[in-house]
Amino acid sequence: MESEQQNSPLAVRKLKERDPQGITEVVYLRGEATVVLPRNRLLSACEFLKNDPELKFDFLSDITPVDRFPIEPRFEVNYHLVSLSRRERLRLKVRVTTKDPAVPTVTGVWPTANWHEREAWDLMGVRFEGHPNLTRILMPDDWEGHPHRKDYPVEGYR
Amino acid sequence: MASTVQITPESQTMVLNMGPQHPSTHGVLRVILELDGEIVLKAEPVIGYLHTGIEKNFEKLTYSQCIPLTDRMDYLANLSNNLGYCLAVEKLAGIEVPKRAQYIRVLLTELTRIQSHLVWLGTHAIDLGAMSVFLYCFREREEILKIFELVSGQRMMTSYFRIGGLALEPPPTYLEQISKFLDAFPGHLAEYEDLLTENPIWKLRTQGVAVLKLEDAIAMGVSGPSLRGSGSDYDVRKYFPYSSYEEFDFNVPVQTAGDVYARYQCRLAEMRESVKICRQAMQKIPPQGPFRAEVRGLIPPSREEMKTSIEGLIYHFKIWTEGITPPPGEVYQAIESPRGEIGFYVCSDGSNRPYRVKVRAPSFVNLQALPKLVVGKLIADVVASIGTIDIVLGEVDR
Repeated sequence: MESEQQNSPLAVRKLKERDPQGITEVVYLRGEATVVLPRNRLLSACEFLKNDPELKFDFLSDITPVDRFPIEPRFEVNYHLVSLSRRERLRLKVRVTTKDPAVPTVTGVWPTANWHEREAWDLMGVRFEGHPNLTRILMPDDWEGHPHRKDYPVEGYR
Repeated sequence: MASTVQITPESQTMVLNMGPQHPSTHGVLRVILELDGEIVLKAEPVIGYLHTGIEKNFEKLTYSQCIPLTDRMDYLANLSNNLGYCLAVEKLAGIEVPKRAQYIRVLLTELTRIQSHLVWLGTHAIDLGAMSVFLYCFREREEILKIFELVSGQRMMTSYFRIGGLALEPPPTYLEQISKFLDAFPGHLAEYEDLLTENPIWKLRTQGVAVLKLEDAIAMGVSGPSLRGSGSDYDVRKYFPYSSYEEFDFNVPVQTAGDVYARYQCRLAEMRESVKICRQAMQKIPPQGPFRAEVRGLIPPSREEMKTSIEGLIYHFKIWTEGITPPPGEVYQAIESPRGEIGFYVCSDGSNRPYRVKVRAPSFVNLQALPKLVVGKLIADVVASIGTIDIVLGEVDR
């Protein structure tokens, strides 16, 4: 355990120091670190990671929603961050349920999240609270359902 | 795709609908422009016309069946896309690719970069009225496509990289062909530069046009030459090396002006660097050696082994019918495509099909910055702004 602490990336150590209860789990796989957070801690963690002068995760690569149907909590939202100055990557993960698939928006932290979140809403049906324009982006406006959900057939409903 | 551009009878502005059928949108892109005279007040890209559900389709195919779909997203950088996906699956399954295959991959992806930049340069120049550059660019691009055809049997939809290495042993003459091209190409680059770099009309249409500030570019997630034209040196090949790029000696061209001209200079310099990398790769590629990793149960055995050993035959059938089953987990692998950081998020649940694949398409993210380039500027420069971020709509919409 001690050695894992030593080897864990600075970002993970700093996040733990800052708010020990704010992290559900840290997973290391294939050289990638994933920090699982509760939904209500996401925004403050993002702001901290971006603004901390030592970390500076200023580049948001991607927002990736995953549907774990029928497991609850069903949806995972992954944030892939890059720190250009430290040349480091980090993944944040938030899990939300079918009943309330909502995550706070991070457009205020990284403006690039705007389209990523619209895509996640359009295709996966995860709501982003506080998003300036949460409308469909790839599918037509009058489309019903969210095609990337696992209970949505590949051929569509026709 | 609801529009945020609203006009009322009292408003003094005009709304102009550009596209989706417009020759200089390089595909089917629609931009809703709100104009005050000739000044753009608001610009809103509307996308989704080419959405084909490629990410959804990934979930119904085995890991190796997914490779042809990656070509079809960004049809100008097919081999880059193949590489990104293969690297992601290899990372997930823990496959080590032989050095020879890695160098051939580098060689071919750099040719892809040159080829894609040539299409960009030709179409961008034609957008701005320089007709002849287009013809020259496509002449050279044809040579690269011939090399691709020689190596993989396909000009554009190559699907040549496979999980663990390459699809087949490249033909014996491929290095000769490539070296012939590399010898001639720097001279052709000088031709384009003669036509454009000091051309007063080109300079007037590009310098100081569509300026993207560095902090805006990073905040909008812009990557690739569009970001490096604004002053950052973020290049995935240098920052997070993959496929042995750390062994190559090359520079990352950076410009600080952030205008159309700076991005033009970046891409031209990048083509020169690609030639350098190709030359080094050709030196490094050993003449003999495996072109694919040998891992029981994950990589199909060689033809000889399949035909001579019963175990090889069993694995041959098992892999081609059932597919491979990487352990459960998730990875994100980014590479530097001609357009920027293309990332493949691959999630496995331990079955023979990817549970989820999400592509971070550089065109999609870069296009989001378009309003930053055109708002407050002249409508005549909108075409230059769309051209300069080098989008491929197939990749934007996936």
